[in-house]
Amino acid sequence: MKIAVCVSHVPDTAAKINVGADEKSIDKNGVSFIINPYDEYAVEEALKTKEALGGEVVVISLGGDEVKETIRKALAMGADSGVHLKKEGYFDSYATAKALAEELKAQNAEMVFFGKQSIDFDSGVVGQMVAEMLGYNSVSVVVDLKIEGNNIRAEREIEGGKEVVETTLPAVITAQKGLNEPRYASLRGIMQAKKKTIEEKEALTGDSRVELLKMRKPAPKAPGKILGSDASVVPELVRLLKEEAKVI
Amino acid sequence: MANKILVFVEQRNNEIKKSSLETVKAGAEFAKELNAEVEAVVVGGDIADFNSIAKYGVPKVTHIKNQDLNVYTSSGYAQVLSDFANETGADLLLFANSAMGRDLSPRVAVKVDAGIVADCVGFTFENGEVIATHPVYAGKALTDVKINSPKKIFTIRPNTFNLGDAADATAEVSVKEVDNVNTSVKVVDITRASDKLDVAEASIIVSGGRGMGGPENYAMLEELAGLLGGAVGASRAAVDAGWRPHSDQVGQTGKTVSPNLYIACGISGAIQHMAGMRTSKYIVAINKDPEAPIFTIADYGITGDLFEVVPALIEEIKKG
Repeated sequence: MKIAVCVSHVPDTAAKINVGADEKSIDKNGVSFIINPYDEYAVEEALKTKEALGGEVVVISLGGDEVKETIRKALAMGADSGVHLKKEGYFDSYATAKALAEELKAQNAEMVFFGKQSIDFDSGVVGQMVAEMLGYNSVSVVVDLKIEGNNIRAEREIEGGKEVVETTLPAVITAQKGLNEPRYASLRGIMQAKKKTIEEKEALTGDSRVELLKMRKPAPKAPGKILGSDASVVPELVRLLKEEAKVI
Repeated sequence: MANKILVFVEQRNNEIKKSSLETVKAGAEFAKELNAEVEAVVVGGDIADFNSIAKYGVPKVTHIKNQDLNVYTSSGYAQVLSDFANETGADLLLFANSAMGRDLSPRVAVKVDAGIVADCVGFTFENGEVIATHPVYAGKALTDVKINSPKKIFTIRPNTFNLGDAADATAEVSVKEVDNVNTSVKVVDITRASDKLDVAEASIIVSGGRGMGGPENYAMLEELAGLLGGAVGASRAAVDAGWRPHSDQVGQTGKTVSPNLYIACGISGAIQHMAGMRTSKYIVAINKDPEAPIFTIADYGITGDLFEVVPALIEEIKKG
């Protein structure tokens, strides 16, 4: 089975984010980048699927040359080959989905994995859009997955519980933390990844529908009140919550 | 520009969700600002009372029915909603940014050929155009965006629009029976973690971090949250230690939340945590370490031992 996994290259969760001079992107100075944490679960699930059912795993990423680092990371975990869809600058969810769908069609991938959202633009919609563009089934925010023959049984997280979803291949699955424990890349894996091919292609995004007008930092919060250092100030806290904040 | 706004109202177990009523309220506000028509659509279920939708500003409701739509099916819901949007000529669709809204809205976007912005936390209106605010990097930065395609979809984060008072109004409901529902993706079972309120939707969150010391100590946070009608959240440290499930995690690799009140207990305030909750309307921090970064964004802080402060808080609230 041809299995694809789409990954993004994002700032580390510990990174401080500052807005760049263009007010439309972040200042990348001093920011370290990682594979999107949810995409690690996607890569792991793709590898497990290959181990169980056979086939090959192709890793696809969209962006500037720096995304190759993240493709290599997935190759080091055990994916077979990579595709880098080249595109610089801002593009929206629709454009991202379009470019990925075009490539997935060319790859003829039957099973496609995504992280449930990338932790940079945090939209969480690209996987489902790709599925719709390809006419595939999709289940998002998945924490448990079983594939038997053509049938899929997935558990997805919802508010206060889980939904058990049944569907069939071909399908797109977006991975949530809890789906599996991503493996570490072994030294051998890292060495082998250097020899694996990353094919470079122009990204066929089409036009973005969403225009980014401005990126800004949230307004700083006014310094709050330290009420005290022990339980004696609790009555004052409750009074403030009732009378000043009016939230309880 | 928009001429016709359609609000998707979500039902689960025949109950209309609060986050959907907030979206109804948003729809009414959009209609006023854009001088557009607005209507609401409910898919499936056996709803006893549609008037809550009218009470928050949208009297015109269509209920799309078929027995295959009573439980969620992303394929079926996307199909009937897109057909309905096309029939009515809706050019602006609103969804709550709930588990269902986020699963469904992107499929609808492709079907009706719309641009989409998910997880909006605010809107402004300029010359008939909608400017949406969408947090990025878990809220470490914000983007102001607009959609240039003729059709537009926005999903709205819970608690962005406060419900406020309900007006006295009656819904005008039309029932639309559909057939041949596509159930290629179908929910066959729902497992509930009791009837617990989810942190993503709660208007009050009591959250515990590493300072809680162990899973057993969350009982007092459960009690406090119960008294306040809120939910219990956790920091990544507490989830990674196995004390709490990931579904409770607040922060960059958990849930980003905007409750009216966030009470942080024993949470120091890692960047990734603060990014996920800083848009809370009021923040209370209880932490022994006066240098903890959480105090820089707290409205009210107590630099004391949470094992004394939290029980005292429970007692004080019980007094009423």
